[in-house]
Amino acid sequence: MSTVESVTPSGAAVVRRPRRVRLLWFLVCLGLIAVLIVASIAVGTRFVPVPTILDALGGADDTLDQAVIRVRIPRTVLALLAGAALAVSGAVFQGVTRNPLADPGILGINMGASLAVVVGLAYFGLSNPNSYIWAAIAGAAISAVFVYAIGSLGRGGPTPLKLALAGAATSAALVSFVTAVILPRNDIAENVQSWQIGGVGGATFERIWQVLPFLGAGLAVCLLSARSLNSLALGDDVAAGLGERVAIARGLASLGAVMLCGATTAICGPIGFVGLVVPHGCRLLVGPDHRWLLPFSALTGAGLLLAADVIGRIVARPGEIDVGIITAFVGAPFFIYIVRRQKVRAL
Amino acid sequence: MSTPADLRQASPATVAAVTRGRTRRNRRRRIVIGILVVLIGAMVAVSLMVGRTFYPPGDVLKVILGQDVQGATFTVGRLRLPRTCLAVLAGASFGLGGVTFQTMLRNPLASPDIIGISTGASAAAAVAIITLGLSGSAVSVFAITAGLGVALMVYLLAYQDGVSGIRLILIGIGIAAMMNSIVSYVLSTAGQWDLQEALRWLTGSLNGVRWEETVTVLITMIVLVPVLFLGSRDLTVLQLGDDTASALGVRVDRTRLLVVVCAVGLIAFATSATGPIAFLAFLAGPIAARLAGPGHSLLLPSALVGALLVLLADFAGQYAFGTRFPVGVVTGVLGAPYLIYLIVRANRAGGSL
Repeated sequence: MSTVESVTPSGAAVVRRPRRVRLLWFLVCLGLIAVLIVASIAVGTRFVPVPTILDALGGADDTLDQAVIRVRIPRTVLALLAGAALAVSGAVFQGVTRNPLADPGILGINMGASLAVVVGLAYFGLSNPNSYIWAAIAGAAISAVFVYAIGSLGRGGPTPLKLALAGAATSAALVSFVTAVILPRNDIAENVQSWQIGGVGGATFERIWQVLPFLGAGLAVCLLSARSLNSLALGDDVAAGLGERVAIARGLASLGAVMLCGATTAICGPIGFVGLVVPHGCRLLVGPDHRWLLPFSALTGAGLLLAADVIGRIVARPGEIDVGIITAFVGAPFFIYIVRRQKVRAL
Repeated sequence: MSTPADLRQASPATVAAVTRGRTRRNRRRRIVIGILVVLIGAMVAVSLMVGRTFYPPGDVLKVILGQDVQGATFTVGRLRLPRTCLAVLAGASFGLGGVTFQTMLRNPLASPDIIGISTGASAAAAVAIITLGLSGSAVSVFAITAGLGVALMVYLLAYQDGVSGIRLILIGIGIAAMMNSIVSYVLSTAGQWDLQEALRWLTGSLNGVRWEETVTVLITMIVLVPVLFLGSRDLTVLQLGDDTASALGVRVDRTRLLVVVCAVGLIAFATSATGPIAFLAFLAGPIAARLAGPGHSLLLPSALVGALLVLLADFAGQYAFGTRFPVGVVTGVLGAPYLIYLIVRANRAGGSL
């Protein structure tokens, strides 16, 4: 551990956290998530005491409480998975575009996935969830390319603010289309809202299993690109000088990120701002090295989304607030803070 | 730099050219306004006559004059007339409010529906109606307070050694996201998931309009529109920048405050009646600018374009497709590509939008 620090030049030591600090944060995050998981299973319209939870995990399901728990467990798992996927995809988008405002929600990528699923349901008779997921990933990819193309037109290439503006406009446009597609279709319109605001209620293990391979593959691609993201952070020229094939590295990392947010949107609906907040927070904890940043974002994102879901169930008892509403309400001020922090020159 | 002597030398030809240009622009503007008024009149007539049942002009006229006509009194008098009137009034309100913001901030993207002012008014109105069970003018008070609050908040948050256009818009987008989450929350607490009510607060709709809402919007317009038009000359000068405007004798801060309060008032009252009709405030100004040409206040043309857009979109939404779309969905689908086109054009030109 000490060798790492002695080798690094003194200037870099400030940015690069010692491994011990990172491990400490890692354990803290794990502990918090464990607490949140218990809270998520215990808290809700009906409060379940902890011993009953342990019994239920042992396989008992005779009482009402244990039946409640069996509904809450998949929900908890889905919140963890979705949070991790969105946070990692946000971190990768921030790395690929070198843009502090990047987030699959703000860039309109989640809404693209949402529109693709809705169009598939309404016009192409998609019925099995596997085809949803493919449609969502395709929609996410198309909107990502579209937003990037619009945002990088003109002088200065894709500046953070131009990309964010293009993303927000695309997102607003896609919301209108989603409404227009759903409205005439009573068969799929039973919940217009769930395709505009995401939530994790109504999760089942069956659907989680279907999406798991996509999330796994996306996560693997992202983690494998961590090293190239580190080079890309130095700028395209330096990265190419270091032997990185810039276009391929960027494409691959984006593909992984698109798979993650597309697959998540296919089962949860569009959830914004998780991918914005989490990587910024994690950078403060573990520094900008993507090899640490990505796993940490996954962990923290899982915790954050689970926390948002639990809060949504506590605040509005006996009802509940969709997790997408909570993340927007908490994440938007953070977005404003980052916009304000940008130099006037970049505007 | 041209000295007075230069001007005097150049005068005959230049003065003639300037006069010709001015006359031409004035004529074009008058023609455009005339055509818009005629089109609005035609659309009003069509929306009153055409529907599931067709009523001839004579019947419609009799109903308007207060005579009793079998069937038409209810359908035209109670259903179509308030709806059409509100379409015109709300469209004009949104058009005026939108173009005021766009002119003042010198950026077409800075319209109240994009920077969160309409969304804020909508959130307040939804809270007042659904959560607090209020109605009538109390709702409008809520909406206008929230609208002004959001406008102030966006302006203050964007202030950092002056207000930069894109920063203001992005901060407005952030605020709009928060306000939207409030709307969604309020809708989800409404015991029964009422699709019509939900769509009204999400995209704007004229379904189920009553006379009292129309009258509220009409009174607001009677009070606020003259004030706004009095400020329109100063507003046009304000487009040249704050320093130039104050050098030309405009009291910049007072004008801005007056104009913002009027614009937010129009937007908020219209929103509490119809919901935030998607992209309408954003669309009316640029379309009016294209039609009427440069050099004059865009307030009147934008109000007319706004009214015409709502009439057209509402009519199309009701009868052009298999299902009845609320007006906000139609304007949303029309406005969205235009919004993206505007961003593409701004990026290409490399300017500050």
